[in-house]
Amino acid sequence: MSRALPILTVLAGIVVIWYGAAVWMNATWVFDQAERNGQTVTWAEVIPQTMAQARPLLPPPHQVAAEVWKGLFGQAVTSKRSLVYHGFVTVKGTLMGFGLGIVLGVVLAMSIVRFRVMDMSVMPWAIISQTIPIVALAPMILTVSSQLGIDERDVPKAIIAAYLSFFPVLVSMVKGLRSPDQMQLDLLKTYGAGEGATFLKLRLPASMPYFFASLKVAIAASLIGTIVGELPTGAIEGLGARMLIGSQFGEPLIMWAALFVAAIVAGLLIVAVGFVERFARARMGVPA
Amino acid sequence: MKDTMTQPVIEAKGLNLVFQTADGPVHALKDVDLAINRGDFVSFIGPSGCGKTTFLRAIAALERPTGGTLTVNGMTPDEARRKRAYGYVFQAAGLYPWRTIAGNIRLPLEIMGFSRAEQNQRVERVLDLVELSGFGKKFPWQLSGGMQQRASIARALAFDADILLMDEPFGALDEIVRDRLNEEVLALWARTGKTIGFVTHSIPEAVYLSTKIVVMSPRPGRITDVIDSPLPKERPLDIRDSREFIAIAHRVREGLRGGHSDD
Repeated sequence: MSRALPILTVLAGIVVIWYGAAVWMNATWVFDQAERNGQTVTWAEVIPQTMAQARPLLPPPHQVAAEVWKGLFGQAVTSKRSLVYHGFVTVKGTLMGFGLGIVLGVVLAMSIVRFRVMDMSVMPWAIISQTIPIVALAPMILTVSSQLGIDERDVPKAIIAAYLSFFPVLVSMVKGLRSPDQMQLDLLKTYGAGEGATFLKLRLPASMPYFFASLKVAIAASLIGTIVGELPTGAIEGLGARMLIGSQFGEPLIMWAALFVAAIVAGLLIVAVGFVERFARARMGVPA
Repeated sequence: MKDTMTQPVIEAKGLNLVFQTADGPVHALKDVDLAINRGDFVSFIGPSGCGKTTFLRAIAALERPTGGTLTVNGMTPDEARRKRAYGYVFQAAGLYPWRTIAGNIRLPLEIMGFSRAEQNQRVERVLDLVELSGFGKKFPWQLSGGMQQRASIARALAFDADILLMDEPFGALDEIVRDRLNEEVLALWARTGKTIGFVTHSIPEAVYLSTKIVVMSPRPGRITDVIDSPLPKERPLDIRDSREFIAIAHRVREGLRGGHSDD
């Protein structure tokens, strides 16, 4: 309870500000309507009308909540209107990109730590890669992969997600694999340990805390990458596509509902990664 | 000139070691001659930069001498390492936090390819030797600093090296713990008959433990005095109040001072 209280306080504050903003932003439309009809309205009449518009500038929380509820539980999960369906598509893309990003990040980190020439050649490019806006790159990746005859949308989406998620894994793993100090390396040398044993017995386990810390960043980055990959025209599935449809067809409620489901998905993914991390830490003897 | 029984375990002749640094060459060891016999307990004492640690590391093939000869069991240090001639104990215990105490002691055994059964048996034996029986399943953070250092000694003993090299193993511990561990190291040495090379800053520690005290001085690192201790092998802690002990300690101090006046 003592942990929930500050969180709930902040949440309550956000809701209050949100309602205030909704009244303020949606009121313009109400006043315009009244003026067009030659009526005058009082604030007492305006406020209820700002709470239930079909296309509000800023939907108030209860409208978004209702839309999310309808999207999640209002129809069969296989329906094209179901946010469960679209959420599943996005999660699938996220996990594929996450897995690909981990493999890429770890393999690159291993070779960077092992080979000085990789450190000098690959590392700067890895950093530069992250300075390119992903929204600019995503359509190119989609186009190239369809040119290559990959019709499956999952593949370019996973590549875009991996493009964002490999980086935190790479940076953390390089640091983690280099974390053993000289004394620990000397100790292994006195045992006549080769490079393979040094890696398996020392560098790899020593890098694990760094690895797990990076996973939380990577999974969030992967989700963002997937959603961006769903944005370009032609996408019909996934939370990104829902957001785009909502914005293009002037349906703010659809957009907001997709946005919130994406936020919920992100939260769940991070919690899941946290569980894996805690399990691994317990296995590795870290004090609870 | 010598028969095999008195053949030194470790022998340095005209040993030189120069580090190339950004500020120019540093003469870490200059013309070091030393013979260490089987079963000796040799302490290296001297101020920082006198090369005592470098000498120990050279014996362990962690540093490469730039001149002279150094043999361990009649072999080069590299060959001796491959023959598992020595166990090394560093100033910090350096236990892996993700392994249990038993897991840490098992580490060299895994790398050297002992069978699982043999690993377990050896771990039990050395845990017993350093009086840590029953702590095998604990993680390092659950043990005190002194116990961690005992575990690291057990790790160095696990593969039956004849030579134990210890680089200020108790330097980071308080004096009470250090006294106890000194007693235990002596007991261990008596029981196992190993040859021990021991680097220290502490005059009482060096005199209390050693059969041979090597006094060194810095810039360039060299040996200024080698003292063969007349103390008996059996050494209770209060031997440190005896006249012989004080006399040796005095000689060590004189040696250290003599080295400094050269500066």
